[in-house]
Amino acid sequence: MKVLVAVKRVVDYNVKIRVKADGSGVELANVKMSMNPFDEIGVEEAVRLKEAGKATEVVAISVGPAQAQETIRTALAMGADRGILVKSDDYVEPLGIAKILKGVIEAEKPDLVILGKQAIDDDCNQTGQMLSALLGWAQATFASKLEINGSEATVTREIDGGLQTIKVKMPLIMTTDLRLNQPRYASLPNIMKAKKKPLEEKSPADYGADVAPRLKVVNTAEPPKRLAGVKVKTVPELVSKLKEAGVI
Amino acid sequence: MAVLLIAEHDNAHLKDATHKALTAAAQLGGDVHVLVAGNNADAAAAQAAKLQGVAKVLHVDAPQYERPLAEPMAALIVALAGPYDHIVAPATTNGKNYTPRAAALLDVMQISDISEVKSPDTFVRLIYAGNAVQTVQSTDKKKVITVRTAAFQATGEGGSAAIEKTAAPADPGLSSYQSENLSKSDRPELTSAKIIISGGRGMQNGENFHMLDKVADKLGAAVGASRAAVDAGFVPNDYQVGQTGKVVAPDLYIAVGISGAIQHLAGMKDSKVIVAINKDEEAPIFQVADYGLVADLFQAVPELEAELGKLGK
Ligand SMILES: Cc1cc2nc3c(=O)[nH]c(=O)nc-3n(C[C@H](O)[C@H](O)[C@H](O)COP(=O)(O)OP(=O)(O)OC[C@H]3O[C@@H](n4cnc5c(N)ncnc54)[C@H](O)[C@@H]3O)c2cc1C
Ligand SMILES: Nc1ncnc2c1ncn2[C@@H]1O[C@H](COP(=O)(O)O)[C@@H](O)[C@H]1O
Repeated sequence: MKVLVAVKRVVDYNVKIRVKADGSGVELANVKMSMNPFDEIGVEEAVRLKEAGKATEVVAISVGPAQAQETIRTALAMGADRGILVKSDDYVEPLGIAKILKGVIEAEKPDLVILGKQAIDDDCNQTGQMLSALLGWAQATFASKLEINGSEATVTREIDGGLQTIKVKMPLIMTTDLRLNQPRYASLPNIMKAKKKPLEEKSPADYGADVAPRLKVVNTAEPPKRLAGVKVKTVPELVSKLKEAGVI
Repeated sequence: MAVLLIAEHDNAHLKDATHKALTAAAQLGGDVHVLVAGNNADAAAAQAAKLQGVAKVLHVDAPQYERPLAEPMAALIVALAGPYDHIVAPATTNGKNYTPRAAALLDVMQISDISEVKSPDTFVRLIYAGNAVQTVQSTDKKKVITVRTAAFQATGEGGSAAIEKTAAPADPGLSSYQSENLSKSDRPELTSAKIIISGGRGMQNGENFHMLDKVADKLGAAVGASRAAVDAGFVPNDYQVGQTGKVVAPDLYIAVGISGAIQHLAGMKDSKVIVAINKDEEAPIFQVADYGLVADLFQAVPELEAELGKLGK
């Protein structure tokens, strides 16, 4: 079984981003970038499948600028076998990403494709679902457990009321949720080894993907600031404040 | 101009998320039709017909909609999409599952989790865990939208729309439902509760969450949690409030033993009144709290319960 994992380069989750004063977007210069945390979970799951003898090859794919190579190298250091960078200096929307990934999948013919449920920059939560639609495959989103049995998989999903288990046909598009696994840190020897693993470079045009944006960003602004209130000294004082405020 | 709103329901009951998404849908201009796809969902369809401002309810009843799996739901939405300029769903885990699938089949870029309607083609949404506010204009012919329910008031009753039974397209047969393990509670749902009390890593274990349950019962509140509390197994996944959990905006949010990471704030900082109980006075949660109490939660929470008791709660 061949597994493909999508890995997006995003602003590190620990960074408090700044909005540009002219409303044109978010300041990305000199900001620490990392692999989208949900994609780390995706790589971990794929590598575990390989370690369990279920996957034969794990391929990591990123769409982004030249620096997205680093994100792919991280995936290779975690245990992926090779990488594909689909180079684009322009931001590509989820629909465009899905079209590119569809092209990659038609060329690579994997049995399982793992994406994150959500990129923590655009917070869209849609690429995996779109990719699945374009391929006409089954989808299992927000996964917290995966079991593959031949031509079928059983997936437990995190839903609003708790957990749901579904059975899906393979090949499958799966998106990861937080409790699927705990991703490993790459060891230094593996980081060194990753430098020698193959990393191919492609372009959206190689897959004939139409990546023209459909959304026009009119403006990007700071959210309204919430002001800190007061400190109360005791619980009775807290309760009387809440009564005054009319919320209890 | 017409809007198709996909209802969230469990066949017997229409969920509050529908009422809130309807408020956004009504701002788009044009007749709003509500799709109730379910199995034996007459009750939910009847409730949808009573909502204010609904022009028509499309009721599709078939076994594959008993629980909304992505592939049959997306196929259905696409089959019905023809006459509509807007397709709208609440950004629940169901809506997030099938709506993007339908959007891609229609070759449309979905506008996810909108918090404001500026005009029929221009919307506001939050990015980077709510640290930036983006206004986007869609150039697609059809607009496919999911709605951040916490950002909209619920539409009330007062309508009497016609219910039109509609045929179901074939089930793509790619997936099937096996089982569910749902949290059972007599308390309100997190996303519709007026008061929420949430616990974090500071709670130390699941047993200690009963302290929060007791306060919640006195206030008619829901109980939530931080990711750390869920990851540690104190409480189930559906308690998680935040960027990648539930987004809530109750009248009162009480954060107990939660530090206030940006990912948590993203899910609760639009609450009307925020209370933080934390023993670390430097905890970032105090930067958004209206009332901060620097205290050990193991003393403060039982005291809070007792104090509420004195008020006859
Ligand atoms: C991709 C991604 C997505 C995420 N999504 C979410 C999300 O949706 N929601 C979310 O919440 N987090 C999310 N997080 C996690 C987030 O970054 C924080 O790690 C998490 O919110 C911390 O939870 P916490 O505040 O309970 O724990 P901590 O940060 O460990 O804070 C515990 C707090 O409890 C206080 N405390 C301890 N003991 C006591 C006591 N006896 N009395 C009073 N106070 C006490 C401490 O002072 C401390 O402030 C996400 C992270 C990532 C990377
Ligand atoms: N530029 C990209 N390169 C690789 N994968 C991506 C890219 N954009 C999105 N994805 C994948 O799609 C998931 C969901 O992203 P989104 O729909 O934008 O929230 C991410 O976690 C990635 O797995």
